[in-house]
Amino acid sequence: MIADILTGALRSGTSVMLASQGELVSERAGVINLGTEGAMLAGALGGFAVTVWTGNPWLGVLAGGFCGMLIAAIHAFLVLTCGANQLATGLTIMFFAIGLTSFFGREFVSQRIVGFNPVPIPLLSDIPFVGGILFNHDPLTYLSIALVPCLWYALFRKRLGVILRAAGEREEVLFASGINPKLVRYLAVLAGGCLAGVGGVQLSVAFTHSWVENMTQGRGVVAVALVIFASWKPARAMLGAYLFGAAQALQLTVQQMGWPISTFFLFMVPYLLTLAALLVVERRKQSVTPEALGKVLAGDTGG
Amino acid sequence: MKRRVWIKANQWIACALTIAVLMAGCSQPGGGGGASAPGAADTESASGGTAAPGTGGTAVGFIFVGTKDDHGYNQAAYIGSEAVEKAYPDLKVLRAENVPETAEAERVMEQMIRDGAKIIFPTSYGHLDPALNVAKRHPDVAFFHQGGLKTAENLGTYFGTIWEPIYLAGVAAGKMSKTGKLGYVVSVPIPQVLLNVNAFQLGARSVNPNATTSVVFTGSWCDPGQQANAANSLIDAGVDVITQHQDCTKTIIETAERRGVMSVGYHTDASELAPNGWLTGSSWNWSDLFVDMVKVAVNGEFKGSKYDGKYRGMLKDDIVQLANFGANVPDDVKALVEEKKAALIDGTLHPFAGPVKDQTGNVRIAEGELPTLDELEATDYLVEGVIGNIPK
Repeated sequence: MIADILTGALRSGTSVMLASQGELVSERAGVINLGTEGAMLAGALGGFAVTVWTGNPWLGVLAGGFCGMLIAAIHAFLVLTCGANQLATGLTIMFFAIGLTSFFGREFVSQRIVGFNPVPIPLLSDIPFVGGILFNHDPLTYLSIALVPCLWYALFRKRLGVILRAAGEREEVLFASGINPKLVRYLAVLAGGCLAGVGGVQLSVAFTHSWVENMTQGRGVVAVALVIFASWKPARAMLGAYLFGAAQALQLTVQQMGWPISTFFLFMVPYLLTLAALLVVERRKQSVTPEALGKVLAGDTGG
Repeated sequence: MKRRVWIKANQWIACALTIAVLMAGCSQPGGGGGASAPGAADTESASGGTAAPGTGGTAVGFIFVGTKDDHGYNQAAYIGSEAVEKAYPDLKVLRAENVPETAEAERVMEQMIRDGAKIIFPTSYGHLDPALNVAKRHPDVAFFHQGGLKTAENLGTYFGTIWEPIYLAGVAAGKMSKTGKLGYVVSVPIPQVLLNVNAFQLGARSVNPNATTSVVFTGSWCDPGQQANAANSLIDAGVDVITQHQDCTKTIIETAERRGVMSVGYHTDASELAPNGWLTGSSWNWSDLFVDMVKVAVNGEFKGSKYDGKYRGMLKDDIVQLANFGANVPDDVKALVEEKKAALIDGTLHPFAGPVKDQTGNVRIAEGELPTLDELEATDYLVEGVIGNIPK
């Protein structure tokens, strides 16, 4: 039963995890993107559509990432070039994307695809307990796991990461060294949208093999919240996303136990548990909000 | 400074999570529909007060809660609307998909009436209250609501006893299951849903006394992510036949097929989605009924017809059907199910013939008793052998 819940954690947590890593990149550069939900939806639809047309899920991944990037580009333009409020813009883009994808997605609702399927890793998947939990997933899930240490390394051990973080902390340093902070932020928001889009593809092409309007159902918003609770650290955001997935699996398992707990309460459990656990983690350390982001959260306009 | 920022951050995280919860709960985006205020049409209807409801229109309106291609509930109703279109080429068929079960539905219906509709089909359970409001304002318009328990002067409801084919599908599932563990992915705890779960379990238990049905609520009519979670969770727990009460059925059937377990469909024949695991399913056959209802209304015979109250079509009326058997269902199972189907049709078999016990062992339908349709449609319990709770 515990193995089932942990397997479920990876299964349903991966899309959220990818989106939260993307949001993390964007926020490290000082731009909060509430439109992540919209980028996920665009990715889910774009990836599904291209998989339908070409029969190749890998092309779907590319398309989904691109669609996510397009949605993020709208956000970047409005916020960085026009100086619009980041929070209001992100929310608006989220609802815009829900409508947009519902409209263009109509004919894909009944379509069938050969998407990604679980590929057991030889030998490793035979390890009792751990094998089934970690080594029997779709290729996108493996890639997403590999992404987290890479992202950490790039953020904290490479010049690229220093530049990105400087854009979110001390943009005058970038100016001094001849780098345009606005450009860095643009690229960070686009990269974030791309990852959120791939998260959407994981949901539509790998996990459910389906497209339905508004199928992300708030997963993108959860991803944004996770990043802040995870103090902008990739590994913590990953844990948070898996915890969210585990809680979803847990509530389904509890339902099957027949315990007298209201199902409506159980529906809240993923959100409550994620909230509680990350709060506990957060309490122990001082917050490390990127300063540019702090200004946004404190009510200054972005840009 | 840092502290202040953090408090601010907290505030909006709370806000973000609230949005997430709201969005998870609200499965349908606002779609379709006219943009004008509901009050605008009130004056127009005054003239039609004396005409028989449903007569004199130039259009028929259909509103759906989802999309027409959902391999499910809405697709079945949509096919019915196509039959009306074919039978009445003079009447324009107006359709609105993705209409939420809110006041938005009222606006869509008002718009359809302005566009000449005198007959309206609100096809989702939650469209009933908006339809009742609109019906009160337009006594000259006939309403046929799908699945409702309340009626009005010019609003009748229709539905089918889908629990009959579900019972038969339960028989097939009980016979085919190796583990004796069946799974039912359901949406929200309304009587219709509970009734179907009960019928399935009673069918399975009639051929396998040890069969159990695990019920999982998703809280939504169509959330593929949650559906895939639910199906995987049931399969992990040893369930080898999965069925569902959802509006879109594709994700669960395909997930079951990929994981090598059997599935029983709902709403439409989706055997093409699961060439290996498809057993059978229950489906709606609205076409002839919709055409007949439109005929009655157009002729001005709505009042006093069988459709002005609660009409329930049965297996014997061919309103509800048992879907085709899958390729891997052996002949003896098919024969057994067909035999029970014949008995249901000629009335010698009733799935809910007493005694029927609930989960706690209390007798809900006494020995020798047959519940009425009204009693069945008010089901508020799960029968013995169903595992899971009714959310309260």
